[in-house]
Amino acid sequence: MGALVLLAAFQFLILFAGFFAPYGFAAQDREQPFAAPTTVHFWDTQGHFHLRPFIVDSESSEARVYPVRFFVSGTPYKIAGIIPAQVHLFGVEQPGRIFLMGSDAYGRDQFSRFLFGGQSSMLAGLIAALLSVSIGILVGGIAGYYGGWVDELLMRGGELFLALPWLYLLFAVRAALPLHISQWEVFLLLVSVMGLIGWARPARLIRGVVLSAKQRNFVVAARGFGASDAYLLRRHVLPQTYGVLLTQMTLLIPQYVLAEVTLTFLGLGVGEPLPSWGTQLASLQQYYVLSSYWWMFLPALLLIPLFLVFYAAADALQEIHKTVAL
Amino acid sequence: MTRYLTRRLAHAALLLLAVSVFSFALLQLAPGDFFAPLKLNPQISARTVEGLRAQYGLDRPWPVRYGHWLRGVFHGDLGPSFAYNSPVAPLLAVRARNTLLLTGTAMLWAWLIAIPLGIVSAVRRGKWSDRAGGVVTSALLTIPDLVLFLAILLLAVRSGWFPTGGMVSTAFGELSGRGRAMDIAYHLFLPALALAIATLPALVRHIRSAMIEVLQAPFIRAARAHGISEYRVLLRYALPVAANPLISLFGFSVATMLSASLLVEVILSWPGIGPLLLEAILAKDVYVVLGTVMLSSVFLVLGNLVADLLLFAVDPRIRMES
Repeated sequence: MGALVLLAAFQFLILFAGFFAPYGFAAQDREQPFAAPTTVHFWDTQGHFHLRPFIVDSESSEARVYPVRFFVSGTPYKIAGIIPAQVHLFGVEQPGRIFLMGSDAYGRDQFSRFLFGGQSSMLAGLIAALLSVSIGILVGGIAGYYGGWVDELLMRGGELFLALPWLYLLFAVRAALPLHISQWEVFLLLVSVMGLIGWARPARLIRGVVLSAKQRNFVVAARGFGASDAYLLRRHVLPQTYGVLLTQMTLLIPQYVLAEVTLTFLGLGVGEPLPSWGTQLASLQQYYVLSSYWWMFLPALLLIPLFLVFYAAADALQEIHKTVAL
Repeated sequence: MTRYLTRRLAHAALLLLAVSVFSFALLQLAPGDFFAPLKLNPQISARTVEGLRAQYGLDRPWPVRYGHWLRGVFHGDLGPSFAYNSPVAPLLAVRARNTLLLTGTAMLWAWLIAIPLGIVSAVRRGKWSDRAGGVVTSALLTIPDLVLFLAILLLAVRSGWFPTGGMVSTAFGELSGRGRAMDIAYHLFLPALALAIATLPALVRHIRSAMIEVLQAPFIRAARAHGISEYRVLLRYALPVAANPLISLFGFSVATMLSASLLVEVILSWPGIGPLLLEAILAKDVYVVLGTVMLSSVFLVLGNLVADLLLFAVDPRIRMES
């Protein structure tokens, strides 16, 4: 259960990135490229404790202290892309800058970019997973329900997709797409391609559930009463697959997030200025960035707890599903 | 035996054919080709570009070109590379050798480490060492490959203990035969290690569960009751039975290994087929893309074929069936 709450919290952070991030994803400070993460102080040099944390700007000629303010108004943004707002959870007065995770080559706040980047990366994962699972329901449902040569044909086709090394497949498909199109088109195409080629695994799982579901007594009884195939599938068979579907979704989303990140890292996915976790990691391809600025590695490290939460949530969902089914 | 083998081979050939048609058709969907950027060059006339396209047969419809390509494949001709201005086959052969060296080494290491680890944790099931192993493997499973490889690159860059890319040093030409082998081994170490770590956790888990399942079988209890030593029970009685699912796993693991290898090669600059594919995609060098995808599928099919043959050799039940 804890995992599910954590997952929800993480999604909440990303969904309201505009509020939690102190700056916009494109806000640059050319004066401070590759600034190290800002230390947030609670104790001053005399050893006195301050309830209001502060940061020290030692870059300029004389060191200045900027207290961290909460619920400050700053860069305007839109909540969920619709409602305009400009209140941020925290921030410091200009010209001070707070970089919790350091800044990148253009002096953009990595923390803000991570949160905003999460929006496109998570969205990519979500859409692709939805696509895979929907095709999975359709194909798996038909194959499991009708059986026979339909089943054989569909599952053989699925094996083809399962057998291929997915990264090569994704590359081959990506090669077919035009290279110079707008970032949003790239994003949508990428997501649909990922979703389309990943249908085989959910389809197999759903087929298995459908195979056993259609033999349950109440399904057989409903058929005996003359229920049509479409009705049986919709009303009795497919609802039994929802538990598996939900667990599959939770497992597929991080996989697709990672696929998006990998493709973007290799320069085949979403590009600047659209923030995504892949574009954030892409700067690590330069050796000097990797060797000199360790904080550029932070977004990569943050992916690990995120994925851990996803896998734990999938486990939790499976447990819940089991107890409900019994 | 022959019937079993023929069926497997036919299956593999069909799969390869399907992959080739699929990828060829996909690649033709892309707007523009390798010569499209030339059209923007005012110094090159449209007729020259058209001539180049005609020379490589790009002006013909794709089913015709596919037929042409397929006929060439049987003669060892994989089509031309536009970017390298040479046939694809020799280009690919060098890269494939490098990839095989990398994945082969990594696979060997991964299995050599995973088998004892898996057996030990199956035997000590529930004890603290098994639990600690479980925590480590799940932690490794959660780390995305990309992050793992970047971390290893970071290690190489910061420590300076290992070369950060390439397969040979600049002075390779002057080295003796033994020196050359050492040089390649030195460059191979880090990418192979990265790849082995990426595949290891899943292997350990599978080996552990396969062994646990076998160890619960009645014949193992009977063997123990007869006073046969634990070593002998494990290695002579349990392991051969547990080998069955593991051999199938080997076939599957080729696919994951190839995908991970692509990433390792690009990140740690190993001159295998991964970087070649990436370049070719960016340049729309279609026959190179096609050749690379086909080659990876061939590796995959071969891996599965080897697994099938091993199964046939190890498992009498499969021999009886056919």
